[in-house]
Amino acid sequence: MKNKYSIFSLIKNSLSHHENWKQAWGDPEPKKEYEAIIIGGGGHGLATAYYLAKKHNMRNIAVLEKGWIGGGNTGRNTTIIRSNYLWDASAGLYDHALKIWENLSQELNYNIMFSQRGVMNLAHNLQDVRDLKRRTHANRLNGIDAVWLNTDQVKEFCPIINTSPDIRYPVLGGTLQRRAGTARHDAVAWGYARGANEMGVDIIQNCEVKGIKRNGDQVEGVETSKGFIKTKKIGVVAAGHSSVIAHMAGLKLPLESKPLQALVSEPVKPIIDTVVMSNAVHAYVSQSDKGELVIGAGTDAYVSYTQRGSHDVVEGTLKAILELYPIFSRMKMLRQWGGIVDICPDASPIISKTNIKGLYFNCGWGTGGFKATPGSGDLFAHTIANDEPHKLNAAFNLNRFVSGDLVDEHGAAAVAH
Amino acid sequence: MFLINCPYCGERDQSEFSCGGEAHIVRPKQPTELSDDQWAEYLFMRKNIKGVQFERWNHTHGCRKWFNMIRDTSNDKIHAVYKMNEKPPVE
Repeated sequence: MKNKYSIFSLIKNSLSHHENWKQAWGDPEPKKEYEAIIIGGGGHGLATAYYLAKKHNMRNIAVLEKGWIGGGNTGRNTTIIRSNYLWDASAGLYDHALKIWENLSQELNYNIMFSQRGVMNLAHNLQDVRDLKRRTHANRLNGIDAVWLNTDQVKEFCPIINTSPDIRYPVLGGTLQRRAGTARHDAVAWGYARGANEMGVDIIQNCEVKGIKRNGDQVEGVETSKGFIKTKKIGVVAAGHSSVIAHMAGLKLPLESKPLQALVSEPVKPIIDTVVMSNAVHAYVSQSDKGELVIGAGTDAYVSYTQRGSHDVVEGTLKAILELYPIFSRMKMLRQWGGIVDICPDASPIISKTNIKGLYFNCGWGTGGFKATPGSGDLFAHTIANDEPHKLNAAFNLNRFVSGDLVDEHGAAAVAH
Repeated sequence: MFLINCPYCGERDQSEFSCGGEAHIVRPKQPTELSDDQWAEYLFMRKNIKGVQFERWNHTHGCRKWFNMIRDTSNDKIHAVYKMNEKPPVE
């Protein structure tokens, strides 16, 4: 790498008051033509470009981003990473990502602050207990670490949880994946952007895609706010706006876009050193390195592109948080925001070719795409480069809605996922 | 979060309602003759428009009646509300 970050570069730059750091990625004008274009400069899009350049030697490519990189859902999620999914196809996909996460800071020479602090999923009723135990067994058969904790063990692992049998939804136990955890979301986008840019990828910000040009069933290029750009391959990684892009190409997708909310509290001293999720009462919480509690709420139940979300959703989540963690009762919430998530009917993603030649979609990640960022980029790059899916994303094709071979994680993994 | 003017009850808080998704999707007249592609289109494919969209809503915690709504999904503004058996006031 040209500008390798290390303790020595840190010392060297400290001598000049950190005023001479080189820009980590360029700000070029688009060329007339690219070998491939990625629409969407979030984590998944930048990772796709990175792996296209690194593993498939496609260097003449561009990432087009309407706003600034990592400014969409990459910068809005609650940064939870785990791979304890029920079905084999999902387990394969998400654990592939988790394995890349484990070495990603080294690979990118960029500290993404990956922290394997564990993710605990709570059970609040007998059906939860059965489902989560089943998932634990399924995970272990797939080589994914998972343990079942009874109520006392939950309390021991995270002492601030109220495990009293008197609360409205008592804690009857939980599962724990110790390899799971969190990472710094912005750093993931920045690290991939820097890595991709070093291999020659153009990252073009403030460039909105206005149309997709087709010649019969082959794509020819994209109309953008910076003019027409010719290309034979387009990878769309536009999250909540996937349907909007699909519409430009004359396609319809099985997606609904909804606001998903999160909020952070005022910063406090370390109080919770893990991630605790509760699907039944739909609340999950972790603590950022700055000390803020990071709280994930649910989606609104209607299509909206407003990036806000309803107050009653946040209210419901905070009620559950207070019941489970009475210690937080006097904390103030600092910020609340929404991101637009594209949800598939089976709550599994789409990483797929389409019936238009050269048009590929990576979408439908719904409420839980961040955790898959590196794996998603890797597999989508494979799909674009070879015009064939990798065996790990073969099940996540668009045709499953025709064949009926769905990957139904919605019922299995419950709401938060 | 917004207010919805239920055609039966008047203006109420949105949290009283549930959204039934895209409106005017007609159940196939002859289901036995549908191809898999047509079933996929009917069951799963959605317009998911950013902009003015036709939707079905139900006043779940009120009169429990279904009705249609024309709403702009880019700003949550409601343009019209009309009953199930009525034609949309605009195209």
